[in-house]
Amino acid sequence: MISDLNQDSHGPDAVTPPLAAAGPSTECNAIVARIVERHGRRASRLVPILQDVQAEYRYLPADVLSYVARALNVAPARVFGVATFYAHFAIKPKGRHLVRLCDGTACHVKDSVPILDAIRKKLGVDAKNPTSRDLLFTVETVACLGACGLAPVVVVDDQVYGGMTPDKGVALIDAIVAKEAAA
Amino acid sequence: MTTLVSPATKTLNIDGLDVAINGERNLLELIRKADIELPTFCYHSDLSVYGACRLCLVDIEGRGIQGACSTPPEPGLKVRTHTEEIREIRKITLELLLANHDQQCPTCLKSAACQLKAVARQLGVGQVRFKRVHEPRPLDLSSVALIRDPNKCILCGDCVRFCAEVQSVGAIDFAYRGHDAAVLPAFGDGIGAGECVNCGQCAAVCTTGALTPRPEIEPVWQALNDPTKFVVAQVAPAVRVAIGEEFGLEPGTATSGQMVAALKRLGFDRVYDTSFAADLTVIEEANEFLKRKARGEKLPQFTSCCPGWVKFAEQYFPDLLPNLSTCKSPQQMLGALCKEFLPGELGRERRDIVVVAIMPCTAKKFEAKRPELARDGSPDVDHVLTTQELARMIEEAGLRYRKLAPESYDMPMGFKTGAGVLFGNSGGVSEAVLRYAAEKISGEKLRSPDFHAVRGEDGMRLATIVIDGTVLKLAVVHGLKNARALADKVRKGKTDLDLIEVMACPGGCIGGAGQPVSRDRSVRQLRTRGIYDVDKNLDLHKSQENHFVTEIYSRHLGEIGGKKAHQLLHTHYVNRAVS
Repeated sequence: MISDLNQDSHGPDAVTPPLAAAGPSTECNAIVARIVERHGRRASRLVPILQDVQAEYRYLPADVLSYVARALNVAPARVFGVATFYAHFAIKPKGRHLVRLCDGTACHVKDSVPILDAIRKKLGVDAKNPTSRDLLFTVETVACLGACGLAPVVVVDDQVYGGMTPDKGVALIDAIVAKEAAA
Repeated sequence: MTTLVSPATKTLNIDGLDVAINGERNLLELIRKADIELPTFCYHSDLSVYGACRLCLVDIEGRGIQGACSTPPEPGLKVRTHTEEIREIRKITLELLLANHDQQCPTCLKSAACQLKAVARQLGVGQVRFKRVHEPRPLDLSSVALIRDPNKCILCGDCVRFCAEVQSVGAIDFAYRGHDAAVLPAFGDGIGAGECVNCGQCAAVCTTGALTPRPEIEPVWQALNDPTKFVVAQVAPAVRVAIGEEFGLEPGTATSGQMVAALKRLGFDRVYDTSFAADLTVIEEANEFLKRKARGEKLPQFTSCCPGWVKFAEQYFPDLLPNLSTCKSPQQMLGALCKEFLPGELGRERRDIVVVAIMPCTAKKFEAKRPELARDGSPDVDHVLTTQELARMIEEAGLRYRKLAPESYDMPMGFKTGAGVLFGNSGGVSEAVLRYAAEKISGEKLRSPDFHAVRGEDGMRLATIVIDGTVLKLAVVHGLKNARALADKVRKGKTDLDLIEVMACPGGCIGGAGQPVSRDRSVRQLRTRGIYDVDKNLDLHKSQENHFVTEIYSRHLGEIGGKKAHQLLHTHYVNRAVS
């Protein structure tokens, strides 16, 4: 396998197996194949490819990583290395809603920890198992969101909520649960 | 270092000495040329520069503290290598590395060759003031060839770079980051589960005991101490020119006599030479080759004695498997012959014969456990010990290796020609085959058996040999990245080669991962020369002159390449396509 991500191996002389042969032919692989093709099957596009894959599945399943490695002619161990290096990527399934609580310096001194504790308790998750059993929520901490003026901050999916308290945090969760139940 | 520097020469100054710049790739090379041994972990001259371990720091006047490995030499630089500040930084760096390192040195397999231990001593690190923060992690015992102990890894990455840059396999890589960073196989699986080809070079370059060849010493002792077992040793060519290093001898010193004596003192009932089977391999493989050449089919023929290469081909070039010689490796040929003929000769059962191969190689451990190389579940080769492991057994038995009175291999399978011994070197299999094929084609005796065209150090060498109008085009490669490049061309029909010799390890088997640990290229060169010297010191140099080989055909095997020969000496390959 080539391992230099800065060098694309798919010049005119490159010998690569046809993409269809590079894994079990499932619907899931058809989706990933389209993503890989959209990026020109270039190893240097590994990170954006993984971003697109994660947008599709909310995490990076091992067999998909394996498939991407094969299609890009990159060693699976390297793809795994990239997938685990960035905090943005998840190799375990994530919940439908991502709750990110800022624990940077500003939020921390503004008592972010009790908010985190309250939300975790509400959802029955902890640092090691951050995803609720119904796969509805994943709770993560981040080092800083760059919104220190609003501290303490919670981000649910792409919505930012400032000046949070433990009660307000739990209320956010309740609102989503109610919405999901109604849907 | 005396400095007689002509005015035209460009120099820089190291610790007050003017040193000439002569094409060195980095400051570290130059400093070492000036006989100053700067410590490093992440620097390996065969690999790309990583610059992470921060031990080769130097103070460059006007620039401050820089890594010598990643600074190009420039004329006029004033470099200091051991200022107070640098000494302090190095020691703290080492203390931090030691803090999270499992320091069970007395029980560590790498203890004697551990670079971390050596550098700690070199720098006089007297204490480790930091507490260990890593939780103990389980050993990776998934591979038959290697053990991975994540608790000993210091993240220098030499293994990662060797596997990717020299072997183009990439079975392990850095994963996670910061405090959680680790060297891992893909998906955190065991190293035995993935694409690892078992060459073991990761263990050879490992600066600690995080990757080590998986020992089989215990079952061998048990067999030796079991009176119902008849234990046969076979020793690969490359072992004899390296094992002496473990006992303080110069690399390349051939100590066959002491080695055989040691094996007998350990309790082996027979000591055979794998080179005998290499002679047999030459006869089978050369005839297979000449037949293919005459018919113009399945060319180029790839050699098949390197088990690292064979698994590599099975994974990445399954379409080329018909081009591999079907010959078993010498290890497996000798095992098969022992298990076939010794029971009759000794009046004992097959299960009572234990074949132990002493190899310079970790991939041979995997090869011996291939199901197709066993009969009714009983392997042709029961155990594979590396050169290092044999040395450890000799040490454990308390034998003073250098003082042992030399003894001889047992006949007939201890008899070999120089051609069989050449298998230890890159280019050796090709040369041995040429020594046979040339006489077979021309019908005349060779004036000199030497084919210098296939010798050398380059990882990819081409040679064209013309014999009586027959043109033979050969390629000799070592390092699997080179093999991949060539096999890619073969796949596309872009070569007109006849024979391709592949060895996974640098320099061939003499550079195998089972050999005494060394980071010094000159050690490999001395072992290579040692092998050529052994050839010269033997009276016979061509496999066809091995009368015991001739006899085994007439008495047991029948025709070369015939039915019995095929049953015992040939094999088939497994499609392990990774897609």
